[in-house]
Amino acid sequence: MDILDIIKPENQVFCKTKLMTDTELSYCPGCGHGTAHNLTMEVIDEMGIVEDTIGVAPVGCSVLAYDFMNIDITQAAHGRAPAVATAISRTWPEKFVFTYQGDGDLAAIGTAETIHACNRGENIVIIFVNNGIYGMTGGQMAPTTLEGMRTSTSPYGREIESMGTPLKMTELVANLPGVYYVTRQSVHTHKHARKAKKAIRKAFENTRLKKGLSFIEIVSNCNSGWKMTPNDSNDWMVDNMFPYFPLGDIKVNGKLK
Amino acid sequence: MSELKLMKGNEALAEAAIRAGVDAYFGYPITPQSEVIEYLMTQRPEERTGMVVLQAESEIAAINMVYGAASTGKRVMTSSSSPGISLKLEGISYLAGAELPAVIVNVVRGGPGLGTIQPSQADYYQSVKGGGHGDYKLYVLAPASVQEMSDFIEDAFDIAFKYRAPVLILSDGLIGQMMEKVTLKDQKERMSNDELIKKYGDWATTGKKGRERNIITSLDLKSEKMEARVHRLMKKYEQMKQEDLRFEKIHCDDAEYLIVAYGSSARISQKAVELAREKGIKVGLLRPITLFPYPKQILFELADQVKGILSVELNAGQMADDVRLSVEHKIPVEHFGRTGGIIHTPEEILEALEQKIIKNGHIRHHKTRESSIL
Repeated sequence: MDILDIIKPENQVFCKTKLMTDTELSYCPGCGHGTAHNLTMEVIDEMGIVEDTIGVAPVGCSVLAYDFMNIDITQAAHGRAPAVATAISRTWPEKFVFTYQGDGDLAAIGTAETIHACNRGENIVIIFVNNGIYGMTGGQMAPTTLEGMRTSTSPYGREIESMGTPLKMTELVANLPGVYYVTRQSVHTHKHARKAKKAIRKAFENTRLKKGLSFIEIVSNCNSGWKMTPNDSNDWMVDNMFPYFPLGDIKVNGKLK
Repeated sequence: MSELKLMKGNEALAEAAIRAGVDAYFGYPITPQSEVIEYLMTQRPEERTGMVVLQAESEIAAINMVYGAASTGKRVMTSSSSPGISLKLEGISYLAGAELPAVIVNVVRGGPGLGTIQPSQADYYQSVKGGGHGDYKLYVLAPASVQEMSDFIEDAFDIAFKYRAPVLILSDGLIGQMMEKVTLKDQKERMSNDELIKKYGDWATTGKKGRERNIITSLDLKSEKMEARVHRLMKKYEQMKQEDLRFEKIHCDDAEYLIVAYGSSARISQKAVELAREKGIKVGLLRPITLFPYPKQILFELADQVKGILSVELNAGQMADDVRLSVEHKIPVEHFGRTGGIIHTPEEILEALEQKIIKNGHIRHHKTRESSIL
């Protein structure tokens, strides 16, 4: 049998979701953002809710999320995505509203907006990609940068005494009664990506049921910012990020695990 | 039914917002404008019209909530006072950049810094010269009465949606806090979501249905695209100048001297004009109702008729610059105004007019700005 007999539309078992555009991703090769984008769009596609979905993009590496996600998107000011999403959800209560934010955006400049949107229990989904560094501006220290980790603004490694401990936003918001679902996932292997997708699906189902806020942290790599090869960065993430930011559900159906 | 009521300026504005069918208000308390959100909360607007009212965690959050609702085509507004407006400026710049319609109200208090909670007009520069970052302008309406606090809500939204641009209502603590009779307009119905999608579906992010995706952003990393965006904004501002300039001329026909004042200063100056005329001094008042666009051409023409102009403002001299630019140094322009929350009296204004303009009226040489302030 010739290969051309196999590659036929009727034999296709998997394809890229139409909710990802054909625009070339601006992310570095090996970065987890592309997978996180793809999983989010697959969930929206599979749930058949694109007509009722409004995304909010952040400032940071994923500022151009609207170039890749083929859905209606509003790009917010740095850190303000949860406030923007709050207003969209309040004025369009039947819509699925989600933010997609990095650690600088969500856990530093946008801390107040994040905590208060969570505390009000806004009926939105927050997808929080944590790679422990400011990628877009060139590898500066983030609130989630690990102790001893070298960045361009902590060139001798993060010192806890003067720079504080890495912020666990996810554990912090899990304690707020308005938050219904909190989980920490990763996308560096197929297995992990499948689990992350399930979590994203659960979050959007929560929105449908008007359960309040769902918060998904995706611990990811930044091979460029960390100055490693993609494979090394994933290994480093497993060895160093996961012990401090352990994967798994933190709050399910409004109950802390 | 329209209705006659005795109300505070801030309350009249809040009531007008409900009656105008505004979809949402997001704000944060600050004196002297807290009555806006307080009044809204007492009215249960969610039950009256379905209007969303939410007290945000900060002015920054509030203006970004405005950005969010505006990006979906909703009629949305916020209000604050000077220090709070400073916090909102980033969001206001984003609204302008992303070409979103929204209404922002500033009930001005004295500054800089925490300043005073008393009335002031010291945010003139901030309002008309940018304030936030980048090449943008706000359409600025300056109410001079409680009636206009009420009327300007609808006017502001009309302009905001005509141009897809943020509009500022520049009030002050005097207009916001004082009580006057006000005729309230009839209740208008809020637009349904289907109507909204029909009307604004070509740009608003309401969910991708039967069309390509809509994107709201102020970012253009390609320089040529960014320059095109700036040009598009400048074209809007030119159109505002041509089509939506507003001003009021009072006793200008036979005037030999002119006072230029907006908002509460215009109200007080009107009395000063009467006092002057009782003394036989022919004084007129030009009240800019829009501060951008500014009645530049009118002033330029009046400069051929009057001998001198006094710019009366509750600040250390800000709008006087625009008056000088407008008359192109054809005649003397002086500033008079109290600061710190002190309200000038009509008598003080008349005295300043006599001292600074009439006494020096024969000296028609060019003065430097510094010497004119002294």
